[in-house]
Amino acid sequence: MSRFPDAAAALLAAALIAPAAFADEPAQGRDGGFGLGREASPEEVALWDIDVRPDGKGLPEGSGSVEDGEEVWSYNCAHCHGDFAEGIDRWPVLAGGEGTLANDRPVKTIGSYWPYLSTVYDYVNRAMPFGYSQSLSPDDIYAITAYLLYSNYLVEDDFVLTHENFAEIEMPNAPNFFMDDRAETEVPQFSAEPCMSDCKDSVEITARAVVLDVTPEDGEAGGGID
Amino acid sequence: MTDIFKGMKPTRRSFLRGAAAAGVGAAAGGGAARASGDPAFAELQPWMQELGDPVDAAPYGMPSEFEAHVQRKTVYWLTADPISSINFTPLHELDGIITPNGLCFERHHAGAAHVDPALHRLMINGLVDRELVFTMEDLLRFPRENHVYFLECAANSGMEWRGAQLNGCQFTHGMIHNVMYTGIPLRLLLAEAGVQTAGKWLLAEGADASGMTRSIPMEKALDDCLVAFKMNGEALRVEQGYPLRLVVPGWEGNMWVKWLRRLEVGDQPWHHREETSKYTDLLADGSARRFTWEMDAKSVITNPSPQAPLTHGPGPTVLTGLAWSGRGTIPRVDVTLDGGKNWHKARMSGPSLTKSLHRFYFEFDWNGQPLLLQSRAHDSTGYVQPTKDQLRAVRGTNSIYHNNGIQTWHVSKTGEAENVEIS
Ligand code: HEC
Repeated sequence: MSRFPDAAAALLAAALIAPAAFADEPAQGRDGGFGLGREASPEEVALWDIDVRPDGKGLPEGSGSVEDGEEVWSYNCAHCHGDFAEGIDRWPVLAGGEGTLANDRPVKTIGSYWPYLSTVYDYVNRAMPFGYSQSLSPDDIYAITAYLLYSNYLVEDDFVLTHENFAEIEMPNAPNFFMDDRAETEVPQFSAEPCMSDCKDSVEITARAVVLDVTPEDGEAGGGID
Repeated sequence: MTDIFKGMKPTRRSFLRGAAAAGVGAAAGGGAARASGDPAFAELQPWMQELGDPVDAAPYGMPSEFEAHVQRKTVYWLTADPISSINFTPLHELDGIITPNGLCFERHHAGAAHVDPALHRLMINGLVDRELVFTMEDLLRFPRENHVYFLECAANSGMEWRGAQLNGCQFTHGMIHNVMYTGIPLRLLLAEAGVQTAGKWLLAEGADASGMTRSIPMEKALDDCLVAFKMNGEALRVEQGYPLRLVVPGWEGNMWVKWLRRLEVGDQPWHHREETSKYTDLLADGSARRFTWEMDAKSVITNPSPQAPLTHGPGPTVLTGLAWSGRGTIPRVDVTLDGGKNWHKARMSGPSLTKSLHRFYFEFDWNGQPLLLQSRAHDSTGYVQPTKDQLRAVRGTNSIYHNNGIQTWHVSKTGEAENVEIS
């Protein structure tokens, strides 16, 4: 007991000299691992690993025609995305917009923007129809994907998409994507010491939010699909 | 006293009855005799006299009823429906650096999934020596770490590219939150599976109906990512990915996959929907940047702001705000009151942690004249937050994501604040 006050004083002193003392000791691994978890069975991996890559890795065997696609589409997708994938109300537009990317109001769709066809297969298969994910068969997804190519004028109406010809399809906008270059194009010019006093002679207001007046008011009712 | 109220609930009514029976009722109004024009003194307030709530009134405590207006809010016209949608953190109501769990903004692509932890599994597959499945119980046996990180949606301030649009920092900057995560370093889980040398990329996948997926470079995965199960000490909230989410410090929020169920190791990126159709930055010439993961340094004045006007008239006032950077800490924030003619160094207060929100203050005497307020963050790499026009010069106005330009609030003589842009 007699040493306790000393120890407390020492601790307090240490705390005072090291004001920003946040403990940050990394958690350590263990040689050979912790032996936690269990092996995943091949069946389990197959059930969950449904992702598809641009090179076609992950595609299941199957095929679907534009014609079949139109039917599957009209049952499962058209009431939100429109008969021709043009988008109903505010639901996403999936077709059209070619040549608009440099416009004032670009229309980004599968045809005008998406760089890879595999993304269509993968996404529709994992997330659509909205509210009933993973309910369609591989052939249905191939057919819908073919139909979306057709809606974007990228294939003819007799086209059949299969796991074999899939990787051959090139999307028109693929070359227009490039790796983040902010480190070269932005960071240097945004790293100068800025002006602190008498930086400008006059200041004018050039835009005001009240002009647009789109801020929600308290108690505004839910809009849902408008 | 205890004898009188034995077996009774100490409500207002029972107290008054008890008091009347004891013949002391008249004394209760004694406060009215205190002469004061201030209503706080004019009457003895009920909370000064009557008993408060019992300890079992709120087994999970909620904020005071006087704070009921402090809420996440959505902007209905932004999305087709409120399920694949977003709401915003009320930054103007908060202080310090930690966001309370119930106020952390939400962004879901297929609604907030209610996942049963007993049926939740984390699978690691692909280019690993052992494909593994973990239960939540297994995961709790790994060493864990605690870190405070901000999570900002890449689309935060995305509505402001074409000009001042939304009146309130909740709406212009509220797709951000900052909490302390408790989680397992991702590198420990990957080591358990044994990443093969060809394994350069990781696909993280969520268990919700959107099956959210993002490709993450292995370097980042092995650096500071966490697989988190707690936020601010308690279990993740449903809307933040209960029971498990990925934490990708400093990088755009969409990558922080919620309801994390699978990690696949591969030799190339997957180019899934959220890294092609979405979360790519369209430039003015029609080309698009991909893999813009890092969040640039940014700041915003939270008070005063359109939802938090100056109501007190001229004299001492406290200006405050938040600053952050995906590349490190924020050693300095500058503030201007006159639209950028003159700048002042703000006072930083609270912990300065890497990839975390930082709090700044600037106390001044308001002269009652209009103000044009801006803040400018400097991060630990020397990057200085650009103006919106500087950003537009590089990117145009169609990139939606990564708008970290300087925000301006105009404060009128009456203290109202408005979102504006200035020359
Ligand atoms: C109930 C309305 C609804 C139905 C039905 C529906 N979708 Fe969707 N779809 C949506 C919503 C909402 C989104 C956006 C989801 C998000 O924000 O993540 C979307 C997104 C998409 C996208 C991605 C759009 C983009 O630009 O990134 C594709 C592709 C798509 N849907 C295809 C389909 C297909 C194919 C079907 C039928 C199998 C279908 N959808 C059925 C509502 C619907």
